[in-house]
Amino acid sequence: MPRPAIKVRPELAICEHCDSVHRRLPLERGEAADCKVCGATLYRRPMLDLDAMLALAAAALIVFVLANAAPLVTMESGGTTTRGWLLTLVATTWTSGVGAVSAIVIGTVFLFPLAQITLYFYVLLACRLKLPAPQFVNAMHWLRRLRPWSMVQVFLIGTLVSIIKMSHLASVQPEPGLWAFGVLTILLTALGTFELRELWVLREEAQQA
Amino acid sequence: MSRIVRGIEHGLIGCEACGLVLERPAQGSECPRCGTAVHARRPQSLSRSWAFLVAAMILYVPANLLPVLHSTKLFESWSDTILSGVVALWEDGAYDLAIIVFTASIVVPLLKMGALLLLLLEVQRGGRQLPRERALLYRVLEYIGHWSMLDVFAVALLVTLVHFGSLANVEPDSGIVAFGAVVVLTMLATMSFDPRLNWDPPRRRATPLPAAPAVNPDAAKDPLSP
Repeated sequence: MPRPAIKVRPELAICEHCDSVHRRLPLERGEAADCKVCGATLYRRPMLDLDAMLALAAAALIVFVLANAAPLVTMESGGTTTRGWLLTLVATTWTSGVGAVSAIVIGTVFLFPLAQITLYFYVLLACRLKLPAPQFVNAMHWLRRLRPWSMVQVFLIGTLVSIIKMSHLASVQPEPGLWAFGVLTILLTALGTFELRELWVLREEAQQA
Repeated sequence: MSRIVRGIEHGLIGCEACGLVLERPAQGSECPRCGTAVHARRPQSLSRSWAFLVAAMILYVPANLLPVLHSTKLFESWSDTILSGVVALWEDGAYDLAIIVFTASIVVPLLKMGALLLLLLEVQRGGRQLPRERALLYRVLEYIGHWSMLDVFAVALLVTLVHFGSLANVEPDSGIVAFGAVVVLTMLATMSFDPRLNWDPPRRRATPLPAAPAVNPDAAKDPLSP
């Protein structure tokens, strides 16, 4: 069934928070345009270019592997040493009868961040190399949906709180996995500053060229 | 300040997914760039948001009354709720930690539910006061949404590490599941709410967008021309 073509107005921007219409202005690198009606950010030009973002995504992938391969903390008490990896957290909460907590941890700290990094890598590579990338549209949608559910930074603070709580009960040592989660938090935050909406524009430009 | 030009008054809709501005699309037609169905306002935004919020408020009661942790040490055993955990931290002299956990686990969820209640009631009442402040409140809600999950992660780590066999043991309890559900539900309630409703005059909230007129869209006046 033929669909009537919808007229698009790429020279305009509409604030998603208050529905006010603005004319798009060219921005310098690192600048953001705020809505003059409600103060929300309308659009921004990222500080980093595609190559730098790709490098960040690759680094995040490596750090993600490290963060999960290395233990987060060790605890010594009464001659026994307990090590905690992220995935042991998932397993122990599962076997302790709180499956929902286990699902929240594996989703928000493992699966969603991993999916986020991989999808970022895919869409950035597609834009950079001007590849056809058949799943580009789906990848972009999933990136947008996953964003609020990726909670590495919250997990990091939660872990620190827990470590300090336990430190008067037993000797608790932070391990490399914890540092890796710290670095991952920074890398994911940097990746998050890249506006997905700008990637759509970049993608269109790449396809036209 | 010059008169505010609203998309809805000119048949202009910004795609929620990719931000492309479309001119007079039919309700529910697909964005040519990303394929998302476009709507002037999110369909059933208010009823969805209410449903998630009410569910969160109901679960907030067991989340605070039921224990989140059950600890055993030698011959004594005790249970902790979210609040008693904060009190214990304070009594231990870990004031900084107590403040962090108190903020993330008690202040943020209450603030979130209260603010959503305020936004929803104000939109339904048709109030047009302080739209800028309400818009800011919504952005804060979006930003702090997931920080309440902190206690859930802290409990997961405690449970993993404290396994001293029969001497000491920490088991999670059902309160933490209810608490995790409250955080997820308030996040869903925030996402369902359409912040553009904050700015709409009351009558428009009932009928989101006039049907696309039959006139040639090219003849439509440019909304930004003086």
